[in-house]
Amino acid sequence: MIRINTPLDDEMICDIYAGDEVLVSGVVYTARDKAHRRFIEALKRGDELPIDIRGQVLFYAGPAPAKPGEVIGSIGPTTSSRMDPFTPELLSRGLKGMIGKGPRSESAKRAIKENKAIYLVATGGAAALLSKCVKRARVVAYEDLGPEAVYELELKDFPVVVGVDCRGKDFYVEFSNRKSKK
Amino acid sequence: MKEIHVRELTKVVEELCIESNYNLRPDVLLALKKSLEIEESDIGRTVIQQIIRNAVIARSEKLPICQDCGIVNVLLEIGQDVSFVGGLIEEAINEGVKRSYKSGFLRKSVVDDPCFDRKNTGDNTPAAISLRLVPGDSVKVVVMPKGGGSENVSVVRMLLPGDGPKGIKSTVLEVAKNAKANPCPPVVIGVGIGGTFDSVGFLAKKALLRNINERNEDERYSNLEVSLLEEINNLGIGPGGLGGKVTALAVNIETYPCHMACLPIAVNFGCCALRSAEKVL
Repeated sequence: MIRINTPLDDEMICDIYAGDEVLVSGVVYTARDKAHRRFIEALKRGDELPIDIRGQVLFYAGPAPAKPGEVIGSIGPTTSSRMDPFTPELLSRGLKGMIGKGPRSESAKRAIKENKAIYLVATGGAAALLSKCVKRARVVAYEDLGPEAVYELELKDFPVVVGVDCRGKDFYVEFSNRKSKK
Repeated sequence: MKEIHVRELTKVVEELCIESNYNLRPDVLLALKKSLEIEESDIGRTVIQQIIRNAVIARSEKLPICQDCGIVNVLLEIGQDVSFVGGLIEEAINEGVKRSYKSGFLRKSVVDDPCFDRKNTGDNTPAAISLRLVPGDSVKVVVMPKGGGSENVSVVRMLLPGDGPKGIKSTVLEVAKNAKANPCPPVVIGVGIGGTFDSVGFLAKKALLRNINERNEDERYSNLEVSLLEEINNLGIGPGGLGGKVTALAVNIETYPCHMACLPIAVNFGCCALRSAEKVL
């Protein structure tokens, strides 16, 4: 099993390929629809983002609340394509990775390739299991958004599959090509 | 007339919201386990195994199966010899939702104004409530928390009578193909056929409430369910959308009479964390 640690650098990213199963450890930041909108609005105003995204990974997720004594509630990926319109801008500013579910748009994939980034896919419907890989969690921005706030999470061996690699290869397309060739 | 205090309704809705969010339906769990016998893709098998392990953890540790604890669909089948006392039915239901999403540590996913403000209501209310009058003096309460991913790829379409079974089939296949990985496969596909523009969507949702390992009683529709499942599972989308044989666990069809000029169809996806629970008052 391939293991990677955040923050990500080019060498690490170029070493993994679409379809690889990977375990992610280290800090990632949650961001969904509304946080993305606010990121882009802040950049338009010329403001700094509330987090330094250079080399970082965004996890498209909004967790369930933590029970007393627990780090976090159930947490799993939301549909990535809703974030596609915002992705090229964030990648051009140094974002290196994303965790979500489902295929990406052509423009998002192009930006992933151009910026040597990576898109990782986690299993939807396994949020209780995935929550066990979160060792630390705190809200770092947009607390008013509730479950859509930006959380800083520390992951340990969080299981993903590489959806789009830094060469722009898309596993969702690759496996369907393989199938049609049969 | 049998009297039921609305506080009973609140209590039952609270219990059912928590029960359905923590416990994967037994019919879905069984179908997932059986699907391992036919899934050949390694990644596909890993995804199914994760989903099964997830259900075990959620049940034993009392955690929501999915972080998306949904908007709550509530279906009330009210015996017409029942009289509710002590308050309003809708308020009682929403109070039950509110209490359970707080006490059960469930994610609140409902926003108020859909188009402009989109501000989280903070307690997961209001529920999407359907009321139906039935004979008798009991009340059946059905609760179905429904996530956004599986709703977003669902479709209502007004086919024409001439489209017939062929049109039904091609519509379901097209919708399943376009949904790709987004509704969290392996999915359950609820299909409503007939009724009216507004009621066919409800029919499709109701189809998801039926045991997914039982087929429609009408042989023609059960054949349609079986052949649709086979064709959908030949699309290759697979568990998690990462390729494989098991894209869907079942296709459930429900029907209703319709206008002679119409053939409404609705396709409502249930994700691999298809949740519902019911109780009779």
